[in-house]
Amino acid sequence: MEAAAISPWRANLATVGALIARAKNELVRVPGAAIPGVLAPTIFFLGLNGVFGSLIHLNGFDTNSYVSFIVPVSMLQGAGFTGAAAGVNLARDYEQGWVDRLLVSPTPRWVLLTGNVLAASVRAFVPATFVLAIAFAIGAPWPGLDGLLVTYLMVAAMAAVAACWGSMLALHYKSQSAAPLMQAGMMGLILLTPAYAPLELLQPWLEKVAEINPVTHVVEAARQGFVGSVTWADTWPGLLALAGLLAVLGALALREMRRTNV
Amino acid sequence: MSDLAGTARVVRALGARSIRQTFRRPQLISPIIVFPTLLLAIQTGGAGAGIELPGFPPVQSFLQFMLAGSMMQSMMLAGNSGGIAFAVDIEMGFTDRLFASPIPRFAIVLGRLAGTAALGLFAALWFLAIGLIFGAEIEGGVPGALLAIALVTTSALAVGGIGAAIALRTGSASVVQGLFPLVLVVLFLSSAFFPQDLMVEPAKTIAEYNPLSFIVEGVREPIIAGIDLTQTLEAVAAIAGIVVLGLVLSARALRHRLRVG
Repeated sequence: MEAAAISPWRANLATVGALIARAKNELVRVPGAAIPGVLAPTIFFLGLNGVFGSLIHLNGFDTNSYVSFIVPVSMLQGAGFTGAAAGVNLARDYEQGWVDRLLVSPTPRWVLLTGNVLAASVRAFVPATFVLAIAFAIGAPWPGLDGLLVTYLMVAAMAAVAACWGSMLALHYKSQSAAPLMQAGMMGLILLTPAYAPLELLQPWLEKVAEINPVTHVVEAARQGFVGSVTWADTWPGLLALAGLLAVLGALALREMRRTNV
Repeated sequence: MSDLAGTARVVRALGARSIRQTFRRPQLISPIIVFPTLLLAIQTGGAGAGIELPGFPPVQSFLQFMLAGSMMQSMMLAGNSGGIAFAVDIEMGFTDRLFASPIPRFAIVLGRLAGTAALGLFAALWFLAIGLIFGAEIEGGVPGALLAIALVTTSALAVGGIGAAIALRTGSASVVQGLFPLVLVVLFLSSAFFPQDLMVEPAKTIAEYNPLSFIVEGVREPIIAGIDLTQTLEAVAAIAGIVVLGLVLSARALRHRLRVG
């Protein structure tokens, strides 16, 4: 009897699904593994709010709630940490020989990368939701359904960007020792923006950096529902920035994956 | 060779080993230098306009104000990293070999703490250098800088004692590593990054009683204003309290470790 042929696209989708399921299993079976990724943005959120909360009294702040101003940044920071953790996990998998087994399979390299990256996007909902719940508990106003959807979209895509960055470094250095570089890179990218204060209140050097940092558009898109209303004019630059970052970092990560020999 | 000289040699050798270990492992040196430096740049650039708020103490710049906070962050993380490295030594059996050698047991802990103190010294020098390079002035002059360096170094020793105690008690690097978020909590609930009077409740009230606030103000004052005896003594008292706590916990944990092996 002749076995039914499976289309390559269906096989690739099944592989991506299996890799996402593996990441989900890790989350369910080792709940402790998710704690650092959830704790860090939560501590930053509460800490920054307690420390810098009075900055809203400065002329130039367009909101009277620092909680609203900072919560999207902390959600993106959680996405950054989760994406970087995907890179650390990939390095761990390489050290333990799991990546070798994936590489000898007939699965295309881009499918393996996509599985890892999408898994990070899904996992990023955990810290984002946790931080958001705490923000609501301490008085953050409802950002509207559209505001919330845009924020979650930015969070998921930012986690994918961070996972591409982490995967690129993991495959280049092939060691978990590169973890600080994965985390510091994302921390810098997300916080060298109008994260703490509006653009015009930043120090001149940071204002210049933030103006050319594409993640500034992501932060502003994610924040719009919390500090005002959602508009297409504030949304599309964030989407474009994320698409550009995904294209560049995704290509670099894929290049490293293709260079990785068994 | 006298006992004291022999012990000093052991402490020096173990201290030097702990410093080399830290600089060779990116996971250990990054939290001490890379992250606090990155955060210093981000917070200085992002929240620098805060010095215009009514009630902000007179400072030359926000960078000048933030230097003490960054030193505290680096010092606390040096203590945590020292604890992690000590726990790794326990996990790998290196500490057992030291226990079996004819050296005083307290020298093993003291060697680790000497290394942590040296990292605290390095952190103080690093951030003072960054401050000077980017235009911050040390109002207390050379004596003020020396006082800040001395307070940061002894604070690292004090905090390292608590990290060593936890490492000895648990023998697990992951447990000590798990304290990393707690370090951030203690930092945010102190006046390390912003004047306590301008913080938002409940952080403001907690910062008032947090021993780290006393230390950070003792380090900050020589940088932003000049040496102030009261604040220096308060910082010294807070450090002494943490040293005593660290010593008591370390001694008990060492006894526990020797008992359980």
